[in-house]
Amino acid sequence: MLDRAAHDALVAAVGSENVISDPVQLRSYECDGLTGFRQTPSLVVLPRSTEDVAQAVRACHRHWLPFVARGAGTGLSGGAMPVADGVVISLQRMREIVHIDPVDRRAVLQPGVTNLDITKAAAAHGLYYAPDPSSQQVCTIGGNVAENSGGAHCLKYGFTTNHVLSMTVVLPDGEVVTLGEDTDEQLGPDLRGVVIGSEGTLGIVCDITVRLLRVPETVRTLLAEFPSVTAAGDVVSDLVAAGIIPAAVEMMDNLAIQAAEKAVGAGYTLTTPAALVVELDGPASECEAQFDQVRTICERHGCTRLHIAETAAERAKIWKGRKAAFAAVGRISPDYIVQDGVVPRTRLAEVLSRIEDMGRDAGLRVANVFHAGDGNLHPLVLFDDDAGELERAEQLSTDIAELCVELGGSLSGEHGIGTDKACSMPRMFGEADLSTMDSVRAAFDLRRLCNPGKLLPTPRLCGEKPGRYRPHPLEEAGVIERL
Amino acid sequence: MTDSSFDATNPPSRELLNDCVHCGFCLPTCPTYQLWGEEMDSPRGRIYLMDLAERGEIELEGAFTEHIDACLGCMACVTSCPSGVQYDRLLEATRPQVERNVPRARSDRWFRNGIFALFPYRRRLRAAAIGGALYQKLRLPALAERVLPPRLRAAQALMPQVRLRSAFASLPRRVRAEGEPRRRVALLSGCVQDVFFHEVNTATQRVLAAEGCEVLTPRDQGCCGALGLHAGREPHARERAKQTIATFEKLPVDNIVVNVAGCGSSMKEYGHLLADDPEWTDRAEAFSAKVRDITELLAELEPRAERHRIDAKVAYHDACHLGHAQGIREQPRSVLRTVPGVDLVDLPDAEICCGSAGIYNMVNPEPAEELGERKARNVQAVSPDLLVTANPGCLLQLRRYLDNVPMLHPVQLLDASIQGRRPTEAPMTE
Ligand SMILES: Cc1cc2nc3c(=O)[nH]c(=O)nc-3n(C[C@H](O)[C@H](O)[C@H](O)COP(=O)(O)OP(=O)(O)OC[C@H]3O[C@@H](n4cnc5c(N)ncnc54)[C@H](O)[C@@H]3O)c2cc1C
Ligand code: SF4
Ligand code: SF4
Repeated sequence: MLDRAAHDALVAAVGSENVISDPVQLRSYECDGLTGFRQTPSLVVLPRSTEDVAQAVRACHRHWLPFVARGAGTGLSGGAMPVADGVVISLQRMREIVHIDPVDRRAVLQPGVTNLDITKAAAAHGLYYAPDPSSQQVCTIGGNVAENSGGAHCLKYGFTTNHVLSMTVVLPDGEVVTLGEDTDEQLGPDLRGVVIGSEGTLGIVCDITVRLLRVPETVRTLLAEFPSVTAAGDVVSDLVAAGIIPAAVEMMDNLAIQAAEKAVGAGYTLTTPAALVVELDGPASECEAQFDQVRTICERHGCTRLHIAETAAERAKIWKGRKAAFAAVGRISPDYIVQDGVVPRTRLAEVLSRIEDMGRDAGLRVANVFHAGDGNLHPLVLFDDDAGELERAEQLSTDIAELCVELGGSLSGEHGIGTDKACSMPRMFGEADLSTMDSVRAAFDLRRLCNPGKLLPTPRLCGEKPGRYRPHPLEEAGVIERL
Repeated sequence: MTDSSFDATNPPSRELLNDCVHCGFCLPTCPTYQLWGEEMDSPRGRIYLMDLAERGEIELEGAFTEHIDACLGCMACVTSCPSGVQYDRLLEATRPQVERNVPRARSDRWFRNGIFALFPYRRRLRAAAIGGALYQKLRLPALAERVLPPRLRAAQALMPQVRLRSAFASLPRRVRAEGEPRRRVALLSGCVQDVFFHEVNTATQRVLAAEGCEVLTPRDQGCCGALGLHAGREPHARERAKQTIATFEKLPVDNIVVNVAGCGSSMKEYGHLLADDPEWTDRAEAFSAKVRDITELLAELEPRAERHRIDAKVAYHDACHLGHAQGIREQPRSVLRTVPGVDLVDLPDAEICCGSAGIYNMVNPEPAEELGERKARNVQAVSPDLLVTANPGCLLQLRRYLDNVPMLHPVQLLDASIQGRRPTEAPMTE
C-alpha cells in the first residue's frame, strides 16, 4: 500500500480521473506478455502529456517510490511487470501522432502510438516506418524504443535505434531532456543510443521523432518449403554468400507452421518440415535479377514447393501466416514461452538439433520461428500450466537462451532481458561489463527507482551467487558496490 | 485452492480461459480500450478478471461487474485474436452469472427491466411507437434534451422517426417466387425491425421473390431472444429461443432468413444455448443449421432479377454482429456489387463498433455516444452518397450523428435497383 502523502502527490500530478487504485482493477496490470512473472502494483497512473509524466515521476522521486513504464504490455521478458509497492506509469493515454513531415520524411509521435499506426498514417505520403515487430499492430513506439525492437525487415533496414532521430525523455528524477538530433549526424556522445534498448531503466520516453522511408518501388515475396530445417538453413547461408541482402528471410518449422495455419490459413503445407519466407525489395530491375538467383538457390537445396506471391493480397497472406505464428501457438498448446536468442548464422542447424534434443529430454515440445537472416531464433516452448509443467518449461527456455551464448551468440535478439533473463546476464558479460552498465544506470538514476530489478542481475533476485557471477576485484576491495 | 466466485451453472470454463496467452493483439480493435486505454476495459483485461474470478481471487460484485457491463459484446476481439480465444462464449457464460449473483442498484434494475418489458414485444413496441409519434409531433424531444437524465435522454434520442402506418402494417404470410422457384424460405421479421423498419422487411420479401424464393412469414413469431441473450438474461433468451424454434420448425423450408445481424448471430447459437436441454438440443441444432443472413443467402444464389443502374458512392458499415460475430463480410459486399454503378467504399477503422451494441447505448450512453461520433466522423471522411448497414440497431444509433447521409439496409438498395428507382425514393408496392 502507498502511504497517503505519496498517493495524494500522484493524484495531484495527473488528476484523479487518470489514476487507478481499485485493488481489482490493479490486478489487471500484474503482468505483460510474459505471464509467468506477476506483481500487483500499488497504483497505476495514466498521464495525458509529457508534463503529466514529469509530474508523476517527480512525485515518485520525492517519495522514493519505484515506478515502471508500460506501453501495450506485449513485452516478452517481463520488462513491464510492476515492482512491489511501486507505481505503473501507463502511456496508453498518449496516443497522438503529433506531426508527419512528408518532405523531411519524419514523424513525431507520442509514446503510446502503435508501430502500425505510424505506417498507416505515413502511407498517404508513400512512406512507411521500417522496423516491423510481429506485434506491430499493438506494441507502442515507446516500448519499441525501450526494447530496441526489430522485426523481419531489420536484416536490411536495421532495428529501432537506426530509425529514431531524437526523443524527449523524462529522467528518473523528473527532469525533461531531449536526446539526439533531428539530423542523421548525431553530435557528441550518443545518449539517445544509450537510452534506446535500456528497457525503461533510464527514464520514460515521451515524444519520439522517427525517420520514415519511401515505400520501395517493388517488393517480391516467395514462400519456399523444404524437406528439412537444415536444408532451409543452408539456403540462408548461400543467399548471404551470394551477396544478396533480402529485405527479410524468415524460417518456420513444422510445429510453427501448424499453429499459423490453424489461426489464419495462410496456405503453407501442413506437413512440410520447414518453410522460408524470402522477400526482396528495391528497384524493379535489381529485384527481378536477384529473385531469379533466390529461386535457383532454393531449388538447389531440394525445395519441395515454391509459391510466389502474385498480388499484394497473396503477399499479405504469406506474411499473415508468419506474423501470426507466435500468438497462434496458443492454438496448439495451452501455454507457451517465447524465447529469443541469437546464434551465428552458420550454427543455425546445430542449435536447432540441440534444441530438439533438449526438448525431448525435458518432455516438452519446442516450435521454432525465426529471423533466419540475422540468426535470431524464437524457440517457443509449449507446456501446460495446469499439468504442472511451468517450472520445467521455464528451465528449458532459460537453457536454450544460455545455449545460444555458448554457441557464440546472444541472450536476446530483440525481446530484451527484463525480469526473465536478468539472472542469465553473467553468462554473457563479465564483471567489468556488468559493473560498467550499472554505473551508467546509476548516473541516470541514483535512487534506483526506475524499473528496478530489470535488465541487470541483483543478488536479491538471483540468489547470493547469481549464475557464474564472481565479485569484481574492485568490489572485494570495497571500491564499488552492486545493489 | 479457493472456490470459484462463479456459481455452478455454466461458469466460463477453465479451458477457454486458458486459451488466452496475454499477447494483447486484441487491444487495438476493442472500442472501450480505444476510448479509455485501461487494461481492465480491454479484452485481455476482462479475460484476466474472469480468470481471477474463476480462481476465486476476486468477487463478482464491484469492479468485475463494472468492466463486464462496459463490454459492448461487439466481438472485435474474436476477430483479432490469433490464438482463437472464444471471448463470445466467455462473455455469454459470464453475463448470466452477473445477472444472477450481483444485485443491481434499484434504478439500474428498473431501467433494465423496463427495456426488457418493452423491446421483445411487438404490441408494446407499437404502443410505444404511437407514444413516440405523438411525442415527436408535440416537439417534446427538444424539451427532453434539457430535462432528462443521460440514460433516458439516450433512449429518447434513439427513437426513430416513426411512421405509424408502417409500424402497424403486417407482412403477407406467403409471397410466391417469381419464375422457376429456387428455394423456399421462412423470414424472421424481428421485433424492432418489424415496427420501426417495416420497409426493410417488405424489401426483403420482394428481393427474395424476385430472386426465385418463396417466402413464408409466420404471423405467430415473436422475439428471437437476441437482446436478452446478449445482456445475460439467459432464462428469457432460452424461452424465446424455444418459442422461435417451435414456430419455424413446422414450416417446410430450406432456410430461415433473417435481416437483423444481432438476431442472426443469436439464432445461429441456439444449438449452444440449449445444449444442456435434451428435449431441445437436436431441434435447436437443426434450426440453427438453416439460419442465413439475407446477404448470405443472396450471395449463395446466382443473381437472376435484372439490376438497374444506381450511380452512387456507397459506404458499407460492417455491423459487429454480422462481421465479427458471424464472419459475414464478403457476402454483403458481393451482393451490393451486383448493382451496376455502385462504387463501394470501406470505412476507416471499420472493425470498431458504432456503439449501438444491443441495449448498450441505452444502459451506457456516454461511451456509446463517443463511439457513435467517431463512427460518424469516419463515415464523413469518405463522403458517401449512401450508408448501408445490415442492422437496425446501427441504423438507429448512426442516425443520431449523421443527418446528411441517407441510410439503408443492403436489401433496400438491391430492391431499389431491381425496381429501377432511386434508392431514397419510396418503393413501389402492388
Ligand atoms: C506475439 C508477440 C510477437 C512479438 N514479436 C516481436 C518481434 O517480432 N520483434 C520484437 O522486437 N518484439 C516482439 N515482441 C515483443 C514486444 O512486442 C516488443 O518488445 C515491444 O516493443 C513492446 O512494446 P510494448 O508497447 O508492448 O511495451 P511494454 O511491454 O509495455 O514494455 C516493454 C518495456 O518497455 C518499457 N517501456 C514501455 N514504454 C516505455 C516508454 N514510453 N519509455 C520508457 N520505457 C518504456 C517498459 O517498462 C518495459 O520494460 C512480440 C510480442 C508478442 C506478444
Ligand atoms: S466484445 Fe468488443 S468491447 Fe467487449 S472486450 Fe471484445 S472488443 Fe472489447
Ligand atoms: S484474447 Fe487473444 S489476442 Fe487477446 S490477449 Fe488473449 S490471446 Fe491475445
